[in-house]
Amino acid sequence: MTEPLNILLQILVFPGFVFTVALGLVASWVVRKVSALVQWRVGPPLFQPFYDILKLLGKETLVPQQAQRTVFMAAPLVGLAGVLLLSTMLWRIAFQPAELFVGDIIVAIYLMVLPSLALILGSSASASPHAAVGTSREMKLVMSYELPLVMAFIVVIIKTGGQISLAAIAEQAPVLSVSGMLAFLVSLLCVQAKLGFVPFDMAEAETELGSGLYMEYSGPLLAIWKLMQAIMLVALPLFLVTVFMGGFGSAGMPLAWGIGKYVLVLVLVILIKNTHPRVRIDQAMKFFWVYCGIALAAAVVLAMIGNSCGWTWL
Amino acid sequence: MWSLKKSVWVFHVNTGACNNCDIEIVDCLTPKFDIERLGIKLVGSPRHADALLVTGGVTAQAAPRLREVYRQTPKPCIVFAIGACACDKGIFTTGYHMVGPVDKIIKEVDPNAIIAYVPGCPPKPEAIISGVLKALAVL
Repeated sequence: MTEPLNILLQILVFPGFVFTVALGLVASWVVRKVSALVQWRVGPPLFQPFYDILKLLGKETLVPQQAQRTVFMAAPLVGLAGVLLLSTMLWRIAFQPAELFVGDIIVAIYLMVLPSLALILGSSASASPHAAVGTSREMKLVMSYELPLVMAFIVVIIKTGGQISLAAIAEQAPVLSVSGMLAFLVSLLCVQAKLGFVPFDMAEAETELGSGLYMEYSGPLLAIWKLMQAIMLVALPLFLVTVFMGGFGSAGMPLAWGIGKYVLVLVLVILIKNTHPRVRIDQAMKFFWVYCGIALAAAVVLAMIGNSCGWTWL
Repeated sequence: MWSLKKSVWVFHVNTGACNNCDIEIVDCLTPKFDIERLGIKLVGSPRHADALLVTGGVTAQAAPRLREVYRQTPKPCIVFAIGACACDKGIFTTGYHMVGPVDKIIKEVDPNAIIAYVPGCPPKPEAIISGVLKALAVL
């Protein structure tokens, strides 16, 4: 097979688009099934997310009269593209870390903001008061969790001796130290907020805002948002595994070990989702800036002390 | 249409019901009945909905709202008239404030609308689920 064809196949089929979408839909089934089991229900069948997407693709698209049409229609595609790029990058690090440039942690941080930015753009273009409230909450939420998330990655960079290449970070496991564990726990909560899961789902807020950010989206455009969420369900836990837990399948570990780590992070996220009520946006800001901020400042100091004294466990 | 039968997202519209049918609809969502196993999910926006669960005999105040909600729902969509009032105004047949029933109001907007009826005062959760499934089977 020729080289360009091979690369195209990688981007579109195996570690890229088709594979990630399928895995993401299975992951969103896992979320619904585990939530159902926690609530003593039976839960939806395995193919439910596939049916949902198929059905949405076959429905009518309604665009509100006062909406900014171009931005409203383009925003879902921007979000999907950003999160697909992130997941393809992470799969390449998991399967062929030695090949070419596969991106560093700073690129990943930017790509992870892209879905939230696209959501803010799309929903503020939709001219709906419900979506406007959701947008304002999402903006505040992004501002509150970005700071702790970046600080958690600073801890990782210190622990791995100043590495910013994801492939190099994936060879070590900072979670096996005190400061790394703190950083992992905080970034797990940030991932919860990025996914828009309870307790940080105030931007969607089904009970008071209808569905907030997604209020005016229907048909295929809503399907694209759902696909984006499904892929985030793959990409974000995978990112945590890559950064904190020593990568997916690297360092001679069998593949099952990597899948186990991913499932562990996913189930932790689902259990947090099911055992907490939603917090208000001001409570979330205070939580991320004050409590998580202090915990991570302590983690940075611990990591630096550990580095200078040569104690790897700190 | 095939995938619509497997995944029905419903939006609940109260057009002046006494709240009894609404309580029975909420009952369907409880772990005991768990309609999510049939792919049915309650959504918060008519734009996401495939089916409208309409309760009540449509008061004069609610009629324009019901028409607007139906227009805002992306097609194809199904309208379920839940309860005796929604089906034929029930005990409010001679009520001065009732302009319904539901099918009359919906057909003013769209004469070809798909409307299914679940009678009862109120219908049991089992009756609502079986009504929805029977309607989906003949679709």
